[in-house]
Amino acid sequence: MLLKLDEMSKGETGLIKRVEGEGKFRRRLFDMGVTPGAEVYLRKKAPLGDPIEITIRGYELSLRKAEASLVLVEVSERDGDK
Amino acid sequence: MEEKKITVALAGNPNSGKTTLFNSLTGSTAHVGNWPGVTVDKREGTYKKLEKPIHVIDLPGIYSLSPYTPEEVVSRNYILDEKPDCVINVVDATNLERNLYLTTQLLEIDVPVVVALNMSDVVRKNGDKIDAKALREKLGVPVVEISALKEENLDELMGEAYRASFEKREGKTVIEQKELLHLINDIKIAFKGKGVENPLFHAVKLAEFDELEVGMHPDLIEMVKEFKTSHQDEVFGDDFEALIADARYTYISKHYASALTRAEGGEKSKEEKEKLTLSDKLDKVFTHRIWAIPIFIVIMFFMFHFTFSEDLFFIGRFTALAQGVAFDDLELIKNPGWVRFLSADYLTPLEDLGALNGVPSIGVWLQSQLGFCTGSLIDVIRQGFAGIGLEGNWFASLMCDGLFTGLDAVLSFVPQILILFLFIAILEDSGYMARIAFILDRAFRKFGLSGKAFIPMLTGFGCSVPAIMATRTLEDEREKNRTIRLMTCFSCGAKAPIWALLAAVGVYAGFDGGVFVFSIYLIGISAAVIYALFMKLFSKSQYVSPFIMELPAYHLPQFRNVMAHLWEKLKHYLIKAGTIIAACTIVIWFLSNFNWNLSLGMVAIEESILADLGRVFNYFFYPIAPLEGGWTYAPAWGVGDGWKYSVSTLTGLIAKEDVVATMAELGLVEGTIALQVEGVYSFALYNLFTIPCFAAIGATHGEQKGKEFWLTILWWFAMSYGAATLCYWLMHFCRTLPALGYPLLVVLVGGVVAAGFVVARRHKKALLAADNA
Repeated sequence: MLLKLDEMSKGETGLIKRVEGEGKFRRRLFDMGVTPGAEVYLRKKAPLGDPIEITIRGYELSLRKAEASLVLVEVSERDGDK
Repeated sequence: MEEKKITVALAGNPNSGKTTLFNSLTGSTAHVGNWPGVTVDKREGTYKKLEKPIHVIDLPGIYSLSPYTPEEVVSRNYILDEKPDCVINVVDATNLERNLYLTTQLLEIDVPVVVALNMSDVVRKNGDKIDAKALREKLGVPVVEISALKEENLDELMGEAYRASFEKREGKTVIEQKELLHLINDIKIAFKGKGVENPLFHAVKLAEFDELEVGMHPDLIEMVKEFKTSHQDEVFGDDFEALIADARYTYISKHYASALTRAEGGEKSKEEKEKLTLSDKLDKVFTHRIWAIPIFIVIMFFMFHFTFSEDLFFIGRFTALAQGVAFDDLELIKNPGWVRFLSADYLTPLEDLGALNGVPSIGVWLQSQLGFCTGSLIDVIRQGFAGIGLEGNWFASLMCDGLFTGLDAVLSFVPQILILFLFIAILEDSGYMARIAFILDRAFRKFGLSGKAFIPMLTGFGCSVPAIMATRTLEDEREKNRTIRLMTCFSCGAKAPIWALLAAVGVYAGFDGGVFVFSIYLIGISAAVIYALFMKLFSKSQYVSPFIMELPAYHLPQFRNVMAHLWEKLKHYLIKAGTIIAACTIVIWFLSNFNWNLSLGMVAIEESILADLGRVFNYFFYPIAPLEGGWTYAPAWGVGDGWKYSVSTLTGLIAKEDVVATMAELGLVEGTIALQVEGVYSFALYNLFTIPCFAAIGATHGEQKGKEFWLTILWWFAMSYGAATLCYWLMHFCRTLPALGYPLLVVLVGGVVAAGFVVARRHKKALLAADNA
């Protein structure tokens, strides 16, 4: 199932398929390891619901939902909570 | 090589322990400056344990050599243009995968590189093992396992760096994809032909359509474009940027995995990891869905309480209550209780009554102790001058009232700067600062600011000087500029006496003092919101700086790092602010003690040059409040007695406390301030928004360069002038000509609300556009 990164729910793991957007945004995502093929785990959402915190390439990264919506993720199964 | 000093640059990710390594290597030889043109710290020092001293430069923490953040540009230009003899790439060994990404870029530059695997003690403690030898073979450069914190293997690291700096190294790339490599080689050859240094690095960057490279080599970009159309990769299409980033990570995951041996049990699952580390447990609490914000508020409260409170833990207030001192009944003060609370006026009458008057916070205590010392010292010097018959002499006055008073003003900020930055350094070093941004981002983003702007703004209520200095933590230049300009909206502690004095005037002018002070704070905050709103409305792009930020693991702040940070801030302040304050204080001293007949010696302030300047300056204030007499008591602050108000705002530049002091000196005290309510408000708003004290100007100059700095000064002035004028006329019309005044008020409020809607709509649209992209 192909999802936007910001649509993932807490505790889900997925595989990055595509990174959209352009210029600085996109470059920054690549530099921080958000590249196609990387595994991503949604750790938590901020108290106000945005931004979100993910685990990627062994560290914790936070990004806004608007930015996360540019990242398309393949989520294998969706069995709810974890 | 005999004559030249070896220079080694430290490059690495933020939070890789680079600064700790730098502090360990250079010790007391370190000194901090600015990189030219930007306000990014430049640390330099000397490593002395080898036969020759080695010059060490700490480059700012970066994730990549992209040209997007000032830190990246600084580091990139330094390595490419200044050509250090060797680059030590500090790598967090507990997070090899992302850290090595920068390494793969550094390796493309024709410079000797030594990789320092920092925190290798932590890796060992976790039971993991990194095969440095294997890594060394793969990367082709020396790899040394170190611990900057425990100072392990540092001599070995520097030895390797020293040896490497005599060797020449040609850049090599980790990109293995055949077609891409082909293109890069073609560009590289073209660059070589043109005599470009570091051809490989530039070639890779050009293939990525890197902004800087495209601008520098417009002739070659055609070649890349042509190649792009002829070559289509099946996975990423013609997207070379993604292709190259992917190539780097592919290389890293292929090789770091083989060099890393995990502890028994192998790769842990994410859920297991979460249960294991203390950092994760802490994070669960600190960024908890419900508790995060209350915890944050409590932390902030104590931080500011310890720095600025006159009454620690409100002991004085509670004692007073317990002793039955109903201080609202005290005849001593006419201000309502909470106005005194803000200015801590209630402590004085408590003391007069012999009640225990509480304990000041550490910041205030240090400040008063220091003030006592410097004050006594100045008195002693003054008496000394009197003793040798120089009382009233201009030289004695220049020394005591000019120079020393100026220096006293400089020093008086030091305790609170130290205490506040102690807290900020701890917050930053522990990793909590990043979480603050995480928690508050959503609320602040709407105004074009990130959550990190919260700390400088809140600090602004205490003192603008450390607040402006604290904007250094904001990465985005534009955001930093905005935050600095907003600073005067937050009424600082030194302005409280002005509000207290004006509140007391309310009895005569017919308004409630409590409402007055409250409304001043409220107007300030509203102005900040309106300002941020209009900045968003009129800025050309709807661009919000991306918030793609690492949340580093929590760790205990290191004493040495915190102290080094404090020392840097203090030195920076003393040099930057100190010189400006001392110079300006002397100028004001001169203007307020002499008349135009310089030779005739000193005069009272009424007859001084400053008074005359105030009278002239007063015409300038005329449009703010021009109406004389007519109503109940008083000329407005633009005319009649008006020059006295004008002079007070001028001396307020030394320190905002001087506004009240000068007013008193000129005979403007509670009973004689004969302003109408609109006069009081416009005078208050002028003082609120105007250019803060010289110390704050000095701090601003440390954070903003050239045009931005002057724009800030201009902005502050324009804001205060505009707000005071608007306020005067609006209130005046509402009071005397309601038929005009209230509709005007409605139109203004309506305009602001409309602007708010437009911004909100645009914001939504931008988000939708991003969604649809």
